[in-house]
Amino acid sequence: MTDRAHSDRNGAIEAFARRHRFRPLETVPWVVALAAAFAFPGYLSLGAQILATILFVMSADLVVGYAGIVTLGHAAFFGTGAYTAGILAAHGWGEPLSGLAAAAAVSALIGFLSGLVILRTTGLALLMQTLVVASMLLETANKASSVTGGDDGLQGVSVWPIFGVFHFDMFGRVAYGYCLGVLLVGWLVTRQIVHSPFGRSLTGMRENVRRMHAIGAPVFRRRLIVYTISAALAGVSGGLIAQTTQFVGLTSLSLERSGNALIMLTIGGVGRLYGAFIGVPLYMIAQDQFAEIEPVYWYFWIGLLMVAVVMFARGGIIGLVERFRR
Amino acid sequence: MSDLEKPGAALETQGLCLSFGALAVASDIDFRLERGARHALIGPNGAGKTSFVNLATGVLSPSAGTIRVDGADITRLSQAARVKRGLARTFQINALFRRLDVLENVTLAIAERDGVAGGLWRAAGRHRRIIDEAYSLLETLGIEEDALRPVSALAYGRQRLVEIAVALALSPKVLLLDEPAAGVPSGESGLIIGAIERLPADIAVLIIEHDMDLVFRFAKTITVLVQGRILVEGPPAQIAADERVREVYLGDRVHRP
Amino acid sequence: MHPILEAVVSIGFHGLAFAMVLYLISVGLSVTMGLMGLVNLAHAVFAMLGGYVLTALMNRWGVPYALSLAGAAAAAALASVPLERLLYRRLYGGEELDQVLLTMGIIFMSVAGVTYVWGPLNQPVYLPHWLDGQIDLGFRYFPTYRSFLILCGAVLVTLLWLALERTRAGAQIRAAVDNLRMAQAIGINTSRLFTLTFALGSGLAGLGGALGADFLPISPSYALSNLVYFIIVVAVGGLGSIRGPFVAALLIGIADTGFKYLLPELGAFFIYALTMALLLWRPHGLFGRA
Repeated sequence: MTDRAHSDRNGAIEAFARRHRFRPLETVPWVVALAAAFAFPGYLSLGAQILATILFVMSADLVVGYAGIVTLGHAAFFGTGAYTAGILAAHGWGEPLSGLAAAAAVSALIGFLSGLVILRTTGLALLMQTLVVASMLLETANKASSVTGGDDGLQGVSVWPIFGVFHFDMFGRVAYGYCLGVLLVGWLVTRQIVHSPFGRSLTGMRENVRRMHAIGAPVFRRRLIVYTISAALAGVSGGLIAQTTQFVGLTSLSLERSGNALIMLTIGGVGRLYGAFIGVPLYMIAQDQFAEIEPVYWYFWIGLLMVAVVMFARGGIIGLVERFRR
Repeated sequence: MSDLEKPGAALETQGLCLSFGALAVASDIDFRLERGARHALIGPNGAGKTSFVNLATGVLSPSAGTIRVDGADITRLSQAARVKRGLARTFQINALFRRLDVLENVTLAIAERDGVAGGLWRAAGRHRRIIDEAYSLLETLGIEEDALRPVSALAYGRQRLVEIAVALALSPKVLLLDEPAAGVPSGESGLIIGAIERLPADIAVLIIEHDMDLVFRFAKTITVLVQGRILVEGPPAQIAADERVREVYLGDRVHRP
Repeated sequence: MHPILEAVVSIGFHGLAFAMVLYLISVGLSVTMGLMGLVNLAHAVFAMLGGYVLTALMNRWGVPYALSLAGAAAAAALASVPLERLLYRRLYGGEELDQVLLTMGIIFMSVAGVTYVWGPLNQPVYLPHWLDGQIDLGFRYFPTYRSFLILCGAVLVTLLWLALERTRAGAQIRAAVDNLRMAQAIGINTSRLFTLTFALGSGLAGLGGALGADFLPISPSYALSNLVYFIIVVAVGGLGSIRGPFVAALLIGIADTGFKYLLPELGAFFIYALTMALLLWRPHGLFGRA
């Protein structure tokens, strides 16, 4: 082989093999998150919710954007986690980290069991089934009002200080730091998955499941695993919200919550790991500013935005940036 | 003893049957693919050639009959399990990961073959050996310059080569090529023919084709399938001279050697 | 009448009325999803629109009930045409996520639209007095309105099935649902067929929404809160099927009525559990194809 061919070969292989390495650009979200905490001290509660929601939407991205499983029922896992952590705290066990662990475990179980049943199908049938599962859980929470508080929501969620030291203060500083820390861990986990051979095989399943079968991939097993992991992460995010807002309502299991997750993810960019980091803050800040004032217009413009994104900007904001770069 | 010297066929079917209602796609097919074979399956449209490949690979389940690879019965095995037994195929219309890089298409297959594709701990990029092998495979097919381009950006003929690369990446014992030259503009079909001619000698290759030039250049044995049944089987000269084959191909040019 | 028999008859009757409404609304969704491969979450919007048109015609302009029903169906059918031609048609056979997002966007816009025009509260439905009270069916008295629903539903369903079996357009629709490529190959203008089918399905949904306005209240949240029911009927019945949703609607309508009557503390839970069980047994619905 010529020298030129050698270096082309090495260059290509290096470029391909280096994709998982940390890049300087990836520190930006964290720098921004820290800076925002100092720049907007009055908005830390909203900030904490934004961070927890980023975790939720990122978990949805694993399933929708990477594995190609379109779901309208991801709130089922968010709500399960929220209620688990909330019920624990309301009944005397307010230790936050173990509460999150419990939320993750219960949500993972629900994810695993529902995945066992519904992941055998694909496409429209699967989509409908995700909706049914979430509705089932919502109805359960509604009717089991002695445990969940039903329509009024779960009250009396009282959380102990983190590590026994950090009390949740009313400015939301501890909550913000807490959510930021958990999000960091969740992000590292997700990033690891995405860059692993498992994660790459997920994109294969998304792109061409027929070909995946034809190269000997155990498709159902992989989907079930990612579905379960994603459910666990969503459960953690639900637990975070429960613990930092000290409240859990039925909307945490609603179709609206699932739909909003998809919307936020789409705005940022599906299947690109950072879509959640862009879409969630944009959406939630805009919602905080405008939705109270004119709820009707808010609904209308979000709807229009969805239509526009599908027609013209499929890859969301990250997609636009990629197109611009070329 | 090398693979080529072992007894038994690389792929074998006995009494294979399948019907869709009144349409028989496979009627009692007894077929042998020898080790290291260069075997072609031809027949008019709708004869059941692709269905045969689908039956062999597990996409379709037969109503009767058995399928063996290397003497082992695989009739009840899933698609994925058959791949593990050494069966690989290409599709008539490319089935590739279009938005992923060419190199990634191949590494995914190699990772599955080596059983590391389910791994969560080591980043995919750290599996240098796999990436290296994938690149080498692209080199043998002459498409290494497209390694980092998404499949969708390639000319169709070169995409077809990626399709073959992905199948080869599985280190198969049996390779089933479903119309590898289909849809490829005549200017690019030389690439395909060249690639097929250079396939490793120890792989048993079955090729479905309509392009008779390709068939007669490549095959040492030809099987003619008509309406799910084997009409005749034999070396190219015999097939070319067979009256029944010419009848079946009314209007189609059969190559005269 | 014996109390258990009484309960059974009552549940069967009310369940049947509910089933009729469910079917009229859902059949269009089933055919659209099966024919165009489009997940149209916004389908319920047409049912909602039918309800709003009905109440607007009757309450604002004093149009008689029967005419208002026709107006509701027509309005829904007409509204669907530009939607299909301009937006939906680009997504046929496209990515599922795109379809979900687009149809969600349409739901949001229409919810905002009806809130803007009619406000956020339930629209009052004043049934004509000839639907009040009860009628005597020999062995028992039944509420007139529900009886009317059942009768209307039966007539419409029969007409629909006859139209699909006996007319040329019906045959074309069935052919296209069965095998689209083949239908195109034999010269059926599938583009026009899609528009026609979509309009028909939406019109029926509008009619269903208007007919059922008394027990599925007409409000801006209609399209979202009732979506699951229609999805369930289609999922259980089988995509693309026309009879499937009917059987499913009967099952769901009667079961739901029964559960709510006998075990109100558990509410809709049993319907979902029943659906999951049915889908476990038949993942593609009772009459669906793999």
